[in-house]
Amino acid sequence: MSAMLYQLRASYAFVERNLNLIKRYWSWEMVWMVYSIAESLSVSFIGLGMERIGGTSSATGSYLVFYLLIGTLVWRFLSTIFYWITNLIGIERWEGTIEYTLMAPVRRVTHMTGQTIFAVSYAIFFTGVILAFTTLIFHLDLSRANLLGGTLMLMAGSFSFIGISIMASVLPLLFPERGEQMTHVFIALLLLISGVYYPVDVLPGLLQKLAVVSPATYVLTGVRRSLLEGLPIADLWPYIWPVLLMGAALIPAGLWVFGLAERYAKRTGKLHRNG
Amino acid sequence: MSEAIVVNQVYKRFGKPAEPFWKRILRRADGAQSNDGKSGSDGHQGAARQDSPGSNGHTEKPFIVAVDHVSFTVHQGEIFGVLGPNGGGKSTLIRLISTLLLPDEGEVRVFGYDVVRQPMQVQRLVNRVSVEASFFKKLSPMENLLYGARLYGLTSRETRAQVIAILTRLGLDQRSIFHPMEEMSRGMQQKVAIARALLSRPRLLLLDEPTTGLDPRSKREVQAVVEEMRERNGTTILLTTHDMVEAEKLCDRVAIMDGGRIVALDHPQELKRRIQPREGRANTLEDVFLELTGKQLVNLDEIEVED
Repeated sequence: MSAMLYQLRASYAFVERNLNLIKRYWSWEMVWMVYSIAESLSVSFIGLGMERIGGTSSATGSYLVFYLLIGTLVWRFLSTIFYWITNLIGIERWEGTIEYTLMAPVRRVTHMTGQTIFAVSYAIFFTGVILAFTTLIFHLDLSRANLLGGTLMLMAGSFSFIGISIMASVLPLLFPERGEQMTHVFIALLLLISGVYYPVDVLPGLLQKLAVVSPATYVLTGVRRSLLEGLPIADLWPYIWPVLLMGAALIPAGLWVFGLAERYAKRTGKLHRNG
Repeated sequence: MSEAIVVNQVYKRFGKPAEPFWKRILRRADGAQSNDGKSGSDGHQGAARQDSPGSNGHTEKPFIVAVDHVSFTVHQGEIFGVLGPNGGGKSTLIRLISTLLLPDEGEVRVFGYDVVRQPMQVQRLVNRVSVEASFFKKLSPMENLLYGARLYGLTSRETRAQVIAILTRLGLDQRSIFHPMEEMSRGMQQKVAIARALLSRPRLLLLDEPTTGLDPRSKREVQAVVEEMRERNGTTILLTTHDMVEAEKLCDRVAIMDGGRIVALDHPQELKRRIQPREGRANTLEDVFLELTGKQLVNLDEIEVED
């Protein structure tokens, strides 16, 4: 069997396994879905609330709703990718299967590819369901929106998040007991500095400087400009190239860091100790 | 006869888990000078001997020697047993052979491939069954085994038929093959673990106490499968066990490990001849172990806990 076919089959193993896990944990997925929809609606209602609290016009209120809704949906998409990829090791620690997966003749890039394909596909589905529900509640004016541009921006941004996620997935490998919880720090910091619910220029100076290196900043700005202002795809390039560049650097860097961490775990016996 | 496994002067040690920060502060405040490695406990099953490096022991972390310059070879098609108490280094040895641990010193070769430099080649030839049957508990045996088989390049179609054949051969009814693993007994889960290893048709099968916790009937079924693997496929098998009868029944040669070292290695009959008969009865491997190590093979405290 050719090496390529062998690795392709191995890659599909992770997609199929995760689909089976979703199927078996369907009630938990439903709970998480309801929670995510409720959260997106709550945040978006702040926009309407501003009409009452701040006395803003109805047009401004609608704009705010759309602004916040984009923030919640983009963030849900990116964080779903993040958590599924960082779960690469965490879930196997939890189940105790990590040694069996890591002793299989599977290249780590194959392992990551399978997990990433699933993560991105599931993030699209999950975010799509939330989008469907929220559009039922809010009557959004999409007449000016460049939907294709927004989608393209989101997809480009997912590459950089894949790299960040691979780096973060090292934590459960190195810290069997608390590594999974430590990955939340990554996502919390990105949430703070990337302007998910506010423009980054309201942040203090230092945080604004950090926002420049967060791929989510470019994704959010690009998606907002394409959906709220109808920016054409060609004009999205200033937001697309930084995230593509970050992805091109972070994905190989993440794989390299993961390789080092795996070697360290095999040297120190950290694979065996279940968290 | 060509060699399936060559273990040459392998040494493996683990650092002890660090003492919590607050304990260190308290100890310093008390002016305690103790640094003898007695505080805390270690999570490594393979822990064999505790040592503290350095002359004063204050600057370097104490460590545990799990495998201490061990050398042996296993011939192709052989069933090779490793006997020893808990913490004797058996599981660490298996992890070193299966590429899950890197040796600090020495060399391990599997069918000529170096486990450190050529892990992928080794992994294609090896599979392992450990004492804990580790699975995705919500998934069924079929789903778990499909996942495992795909990692070894098998297709869904060929795997499905094989899963049913192997599991029914091991005594599982077809219905349970499609129900979550969490609904199965430990013995049944262990059989699924054996099926997972068999599916990839390994040339070397590493069995780390595969029958621990199984009822006598299941134990016999598993032992029969192990013998069948060797007879039909010529599979080389390295088996660690506490069970002397099992070792004697299955193994061509047996190594006795204690404190991370091999204290004896020979055919079971030869090992029994090495010691004087006791109380007029024939020697058992248990007698040999007791004589060579001065220890009971199974700790009596553990039996009470298990009961």
